Amino acid sequence: MTAAFLIAAAVAVLTTALALTRSNAVHALLYLVVSLLAVAVVFFLYGAPLAAALEIIVYAGAIIVLFVFVVIMLNLGPEATEQERRWLQPDIWVGPSLLAAVLLVELAVLLTDGSAAAAGVVGPAGTRAVEARAVGIRLFGPYLLAVELASFLLLAGLVGAWHLGRRPWQGSPAREEEGEAP
Amino acid sequence: MTGLPMIWGLGLAAILFVLGLLGVLVRRNILFMLVSLEVMLNAAGLAFVVAGARWGDADGQVMFLIILTVAAAEVAVGLALALQLFRRTGSVDADAAMRLRG
Repeated sequence: MTAAFLIAAAVAVLTTALALTRSNAVHALLYLVVSLLAVAVVFFLYGAPLAAALEIIVYAGAIIVLFVFVVIMLNLGPEATEQERRWLQPDIWVGPSLLAAVLLVELAVLLTDGSAAAAGVVGPAGTRAVEARAVGIRLFGPYLLAVELASFLLLAGLVGAWHLGRRPWQGSPAREEEGEAP
Repeated sequence: MTGLPMIWGLGLAAILFVLGLLGVLVRRNILFMLVSLEVMLNAAGLAFVVAGARWGDADGQVMFLIILTVAAAEVAVGLALALQLFRRTGSVDADAAMRLRG
């Protein structure tokens, strides 16, 4: 389990550093997805399977897809087709794929190896995983107010994103500025 | 608690947080600044989960869920702002926001 943590941590740090130093946004997002998967493995190793699942579903699933959508909307330039051609070269995706393969092998080993089940649901003596059930009971018991506040926050984020992201109205000053933008 | 020492997870969280902070400071592309913010929030969540696992308590994961909510709302508003910046100035450079006028 120590080796598993060290591998996942190394992958996380490496992919984060690579993601933040890419010049192309999509390459950075590829590395960032692998980084989030590595952090999910770390969550799993620390006995937090619910956090690991949510890390993959919400972070790697929803938030990264939002980023990808925005990159798609911003990338409507004439160089888009040339870029598309370059993306088909294997050297773009081979780095993230290799690092993701490392995580996959590690996860397979953890799931098949009996002793490594210490990280998961059934731990040997002295270890205890915090399961989704405990989190849910805590969340809808003492922290019910926090859940409601989180829903308020999400609603505010939704309204704010809709308001900011819509097209400017016809004849508004923003429209003219848009016309004279380079 | 599991067999892993808590300090390792906290160290990983610190390293990831510093990487995200450096990203915010160094990059000028507003998309990369948002990505760096995500990395920083993720590192904070990791610290909470590791500390919760140390005591075998569910509070760490509850805080992680709330951080997840904050991250989702922040990225939605931030990306909408980035889109508006791109529409108005034609670039995603954060310094282009200097040309805005009220």
